[in-house]
Parts: sequence; structure tokens; C-alpha cells
Amino acid sequence: MHPSLSVILFTTASGAGYGLLALLGVLAPFGVLPADRMFGLVALALALGAITGGLVSSAFHLGQRQRAWRAFSQWRTSWLSREGVAAVATYLPAGLFGIGWVFLGVVMKAAGLLSALGAVATVFCTAMIYRSLKPVPRWHNRWVVPNYLALALMSGTLWLMLVLQIFGPRPELYVLAPATIVLAAFLKLAYWRFIDSAPATSTAGSATGLGSLGTVRLFEAPHTSENYLLKEMGFQIARKHAARLRRIATGLGFGLPFVLSLAPFVVAGWPAVAAAFVAAALGTAGVFVERWLFFAEAQHAVTLFYGRSEV
Amino acid sequence: MTSLPAQPSAKRLGLVIDLDICVGCHACAVNCKEWNSGGVAAPLTDLAPYGADPDGVWFNRVHTFEVGEGAAGRTVHFPRSCLHCAEPACVTVCPTGASYKRAEDGIVLVNEDLCIGCKLCSWACPYGAREFDEDAGVMKKCTLCIDRIYNTTFDPEDRVPACVATCPASARHFGDLGDPDSAVSKLVAEREGFDLMAEMGYAPTNKYLPPRPRQQSAGCTGAPARLAPATPAQAGGLLGWLDRLLSQ
Repeated sequence: MHPSLSVILFTTASGAGYGLLALLGVLAPFGVLPADRMFGLVALALALGAITGGLVSSAFHLGQRQRAWRAFSQWRTSWLSREGVAAVATYLPAGLFGIGWVFLGVVMKAAGLLSALGAVATVFCTAMIYRSLKPVPRWHNRWVVPNYLALALMSGTLWLMLVLQIFGPRPELYVLAPATIVLAAFLKLAYWRFIDSAPATSTAGSATGLGSLGTVRLFEAPHTSENYLLKEMGFQIARKHAARLRRIATGLGFGLPFVLSLAPFVVAGWPAVAAAFVAAALGTAGVFVERWLFFAEAQHAVTLFYGRSEV
Repeated sequence: MTSLPAQPSAKRLGLVIDLDICVGCHACAVNCKEWNSGGVAAPLTDLAPYGADPDGVWFNRVHTFEVGEGAAGRTVHFPRSCLHCAEPACVTVCPTGASYKRAEDGIVLVNEDLCIGCKLCSWACPYGAREFDEDAGVMKKCTLCIDRIYNTTFDPEDRVPACVATCPASARHFGDLGDPDSAVSKLVAEREGFDLMAEMGYAPTNKYLPPRPRQQSAGCTGAPARLAPATPAQAGGLLGWLDRLLSQ
């Protein structure tokens, strides 16, 4: 599948934003986070900024952006529509939560919990867009939804740790960062292990219905140059670097942030802030590379008509 | 609405494609392009049509496959277009309601005025039936020539999709696959027509007919398998005596 930059930016940024929003919405009402307004302003601005930036970015891959509002109408059947509805609906409690915290100095429990619920629902819908696509077996499996949720939680946690280091470290929360990194890394490695070993869903034989006559191989393509289907669904470039990119995503996105997330146990002050910043930036960059791979490694069933023997 | 029709009619219009007969001439693809360049989905935009890498929207593509090995191997021409599935995920994933399946005849269409060009429907289709028109910014697909099949200004025999009308080998058939007594349904039953990628669960309406078995050995014509060697005639008399004399 073609890794569209706008979609990768969207899922990476909004994933981190919703992860952070969910953590703020759950932790703040129970007094675990600093209650001061400046912390609330910076943390919520970071979360909502990442979410909004991501949503705006996602509109750039549309052919008719001015009609994007129509995408809220088909929530009965479409996970993409549900994602849009959940994303917009989450702004309501998140806005109230933010107004209460920043302007009134009151952390509203219901608004916080509803924001967290909306954040989880939106990331769930994003993951389900991919999870529900049968023609892409590497997306249509049980590992996709846990991966999206865990990676959003991990990147949100890393950004929360940075804001906490600046405004008032909470030693009781230090363990959150390494724990969510381990969880996300485990799920990502399990996903890779699964897609590497899963048996083929469809073959050139089942796609053409000619499998009973022998091995089916493409003799002549219908056209001499690439068409939309091959550009969008037959993307090849990153696949040949997949092994190296996986190592980069693992080292950059999980390994280094894990080591850095242990820093506050031994250092404090500015070194701890710097470590938290680098961990958050690297973790997010790692998710970006992982998301690129998620697209580039996914093979679409239509490629069976263009010479691929199985997907 | 992208919900599938709650009470679909029994009528399921579609195509039956005979892989035994198709000669791979691409006439169906070309006539499809020609008709639909002036039809409801027009224009089918071409990008750099005279350049080094021409690209453009087509609803019908003809692939050619090699199947089997050695003497059992064969070449199969394979036209590919929208199968107007009974369970079309391309419709249900659409966030705007642009994609829909008609209750009255099962044809899957795109309302281009509602389409936002998110391309998700093309991801949801395993058959590559939907193509994005970069120029128009919307998705386009086979309409089963809805502007021909119901066109009462045409003579009844011309009220078939352009691909069917033009096929010089009569490899393409159009009809109601929901009616077990229709000519196309009988053809499918007789020739054991099949679904493409049935494992995806999309329940395609269009059916493909398999190539017939090839004859690998000659049939019996009544003649002996090998002619007996001719024995030279033995001449007698004077010429025979001369022949024997000169042969010594």
C-alpha cells in the first residue's frame, strides 16, 4: 500500500495527541497530576494541537477537501465516518475539561473521563479502518487494534513525561513510560511476527479462479505503464528496506526511549527534562517509521492480478 | 446511504465472462473507455496519454495469464471489471454516502457529487474495480452501462453494456443472475461458472466460465495408427529377368 505522508502524519500526531489527552483525562481527576493552570494549559494545548494538526493533515489526501464534512454522515457502516464523528465529539468534553482546568482552575472529573473515552474511541476507530479491510491481510488481523492503542498510549505517555518534568515531576508516575514502551514494543514485535508467518489468504489461483489448472503467472499486463491501482496498492519502494526499517523503528522508537525513560530514576532537573524530550521525540519518530512500514509492508489482493502469487 | 439495501430485489444484473472464448483483443476495454468517456462517469481522465508513461482511468482491463506447465500449459485472457458484489465492502466503508448499491438491480454506483476522494473504497475492493480520477478528485467505476441497459431510445438488442455489445468473440454475456431461469444463469450452471476470490466473502454477481479441457490426444478417424511398409511389386517375364540380371 502506498504510504501517504498525510495519513502517516495524521495517525502519528493524532495518536500521540489522543494518548496524551486520555492520560490527562484519567489521571488529572484523581489528583495524580499537578493541578496548576499552566501545566493544564501546556499539556492540553500539546494534546489538542497534535490532534488538530493530524486531523488537518488527513484532509490533504482527499480529492475534494471542501466536501469533507460529508464524511460524518455514514457512521452506521463506515469506520472512517465513525472516526470522524468520534474525533469531533471528543472536542466537546475536551474543551470543557480544558476551560475548567485552565480558566476556572477546576478539574472536572466527568469531562476528563469523557475526553479519555473519546480519545480511546477515536484511536480504536482509526485502527478499525485498517482492521476491517479484508483485501489487505496484513491489516485484517487481531494485532492491528492493540498496536494502534498501545502506540498511542506510549507516545502520549512520553509527551506527558516531558511536560511533567518541566512543571513538577511525579516520581510515582516514572514507571509509566518504560511500562508503556515495553507493552507497545511487545505488541509491535508480535504483529511483525504474525505477518511474517501468517499463511496466504488469497493466491493468483483464487483471484483468477484458474488455480485448479496449475500455477497461474502473469504473461502480459493490461497496460504498459503504472496505473492508479499499481501506484496506490502495488507500492514497492520501502519493502526492500523493510528489515532495516524495522530495526530502525525498534531501536529509535522503543530501545532508546526505554533507556531514556529510566533517566528520572537517576538524574533530576534539566538533564531529566532533556532526556524526556529526546525520548518523546524519538518515540514519535519511531512511530512514524513504524506507520510507514505498516503501509509499505501491506500487500493488497489486487496485486494478485498483476503478478504477485499470494497475499 | 452506504448501508446495503435492506430489501434487495431478486434482480441481480451482471456479466458472465467466458475464459474459454476470450481472445484477449481488448475490444471490451476500449469500447468501455469510449462509451464511458461520454457517459455518466465522463470524462475518464487520461494523464499524459501521449507521454512516456500514459496513465488514465479505465473500468475494464484485460490481463493475460499463463496457467500450468509444459504440454498442459495454456494462455488465458482475463478481462477484469467491477463484479457488482452482493456484499460490496467498497460501499459500506464509504464515509460520505457517495457509494451505493441499488436495491432494484444490484448495480454498485458512485455519486460523484458526494465523493470526497478518500480512496478508502479502492482499498476495500480486492478486485481493483475502482480507480481514482486525479483530475476530478473523485472515484470512478463501472456502471454496468446503466445509461445503455435502460436506454429506451436504443433498439432492444443494443441495451447491453458496451463491453458486451462489442465483444467480437461473444465471450461476454449480460443478464439477470438473480433469476435462475435466465440465459446467463443457465450458462453458469451448465459450464460451472465460478466466483473470483470467493474466500473474501464479497459474493460477486459477475461469474467467470472456466476454459474447457484441452484435447491432448488425437481422436479415432478409423485409419490405422501406422501404414504398413509398401512391398515393391515383383515384375515377371522378360522385364523381371532383366531386373534380376541387372540387380546382381
